[in-house]
Amino acid sequence: MTEIQPAISVRDVVVSYGGRRVLDRVNLDVNRGETMVLLGGSGSGKSTLLRQIIGLERPESGQILINGIDLARSKPRELKRVRRSIGVAFQNSALFNSMSVEDNIALPLREHTRLAESTIRLMTWMKLAVVGLADAGKLSPQALSGGMKKRAAVARALALDPEVLVFDEPSAGLDPIVAAELDELILGLKRAFNMTVVVVTHEMASAFRIADRLAMLYKGSLIAVGTQEELKGSTHPRIRQFLDRIPDEIANTAGVDKHFQAYLAGSEM
Amino acid sequence: MSTPVVERLGTATLRHVGYVGALAIQFRNTLATMWRSLPVVGNRLRWQSALRQMVAIGYDAFPMVGIMSVCAGFILAMQGASELRQLGAMNFVVHLVTIGFMRELGPLLTAIAVSGRSGSAFSAEIGSMVVTEEIDALRTMAIDPIEFVLAPKYLAALIVLPCLTILGSACGILAGGLFMRISADMALSIYFTSVVHSMVLRDVVMGLVKSMAFATIIVHVGCLEGFRVRGGPDAVGRSATAAVVKSTFLVILADVGFTAIFYLTAPR
Repeated sequence: MTEIQPAISVRDVVVSYGGRRVLDRVNLDVNRGETMVLLGGSGSGKSTLLRQIIGLERPESGQILINGIDLARSKPRELKRVRRSIGVAFQNSALFNSMSVEDNIALPLREHTRLAESTIRLMTWMKLAVVGLADAGKLSPQALSGGMKKRAAVARALALDPEVLVFDEPSAGLDPIVAAELDELILGLKRAFNMTVVVVTHEMASAFRIADRLAMLYKGSLIAVGTQEELKGSTHPRIRQFLDRIPDEIANTAGVDKHFQAYLAGSEM
Repeated sequence: MSTPVVERLGTATLRHVGYVGALAIQFRNTLATMWRSLPVVGNRLRWQSALRQMVAIGYDAFPMVGIMSVCAGFILAMQGASELRQLGAMNFVVHLVTIGFMRELGPLLTAIAVSGRSGSAFSAEIGSMVVTEEIDALRTMAIDPIEFVLAPKYLAALIVLPCLTILGSACGILAGGLFMRISADMALSIYFTSVVHSMVLRDVVMGLVKSMAFATIIVHVGCLEGFRVRGGPDAVGRSATAAVVKSTFLVILADVGFTAIFYLTAPR
């Protein structure tokens, strides 16, 4: 029996910035049609892993395979094809303020297809309608609210009918109602188009609403990959701390006291 | 302990060599994609973008370049006249102004004006796009940022800067004519006949070649500074300042090189 190839495969990926290891031999498979949520605190490496998956950066060692194609070793033409198969909704939406909302969504279609302008207009309107912005096409991105911008970014990510849809912090900066609407949009899109979805977030409510599986990063390493039940039942101290919202020790009082005493004694700190 | 001088010198040298290398790579990548900005054979959207850039770099900058050139024309004519009058050679003011603008002041003043206006604007525009992840968005949409953002600007500058240089030189020469009309009572028709006689094709070509080289420096330094922005909005401001300072410095440095070549290859 042939094994089904994962849509995304991260193999032994190592990434360092200025000698500091940000991702340390990370391994992760995301199956077709699955919603994988990457969890982790600030500085855990989840955004770095996301940038590797969408091909914005190359790993120091290891492989990122999208449908079996190694991004780091693919030829420019192949990389371009892979990128067209991934739609990305950025944290800050990354809409072009110099264009209207509909021109933002039409941009990938104008760049990569030879469709007639009337067809592009129709397709653009359809993508906007899917995210509930059918009447907002003529507006400038600056005229949109935070939630509308995020949905417009999703519409642009959908423009080329990607196989993989990636969200970077979709709920960040949104009120709970708009954030919940966006969760429902992600679920709806997955149901309608059977896409593989990768979401980076640290909003637990959102993560548990949309995830099929979750992966948790801590200091550049994956400490857990599993279903919601598996993660909720984990006894790993870091996972428990994250799920139960337990703060780190803010100040090392013993260390502070030692330095203070040294300062009072006049010795160099 | 302070860092040894040799180490600091070495670090600075490596940084500058790295910068020039980055400029060279960016220039090569731009040349490889620039045909897509051409009309007919290229992408219609890029050509439209290049046309918008031509308006921004050229049409909008002309009043500033014109006024600067008129002022420089008056200054050059007055400075020249104050010395040449004593020698009874007022007529040579015409040659001074014409040759001065065709060879030097026309391309240089235009480049400095464009560097201040457009070089900083390129850097701020691209830097903002980096900060708001628009450049990353382009790359994830399989759109090359060099082709999409830089190449239309470069094509526009290559076309517009020589045109601005010609217009700027014309303004400067006209200012020289007005000065001669007022101070030496020279008829404008005689002045312009002298101007035509002073003009040499070699000077005109040299001025235009210089302006194209300056366009290359301004666009590539401005855009590179923008692409290298890291951090927040304050980094965008710093990159705009760096774009103007570096491009003006490199324009003057290149001008020295061109003038030396011109001097060494001049017929004797």
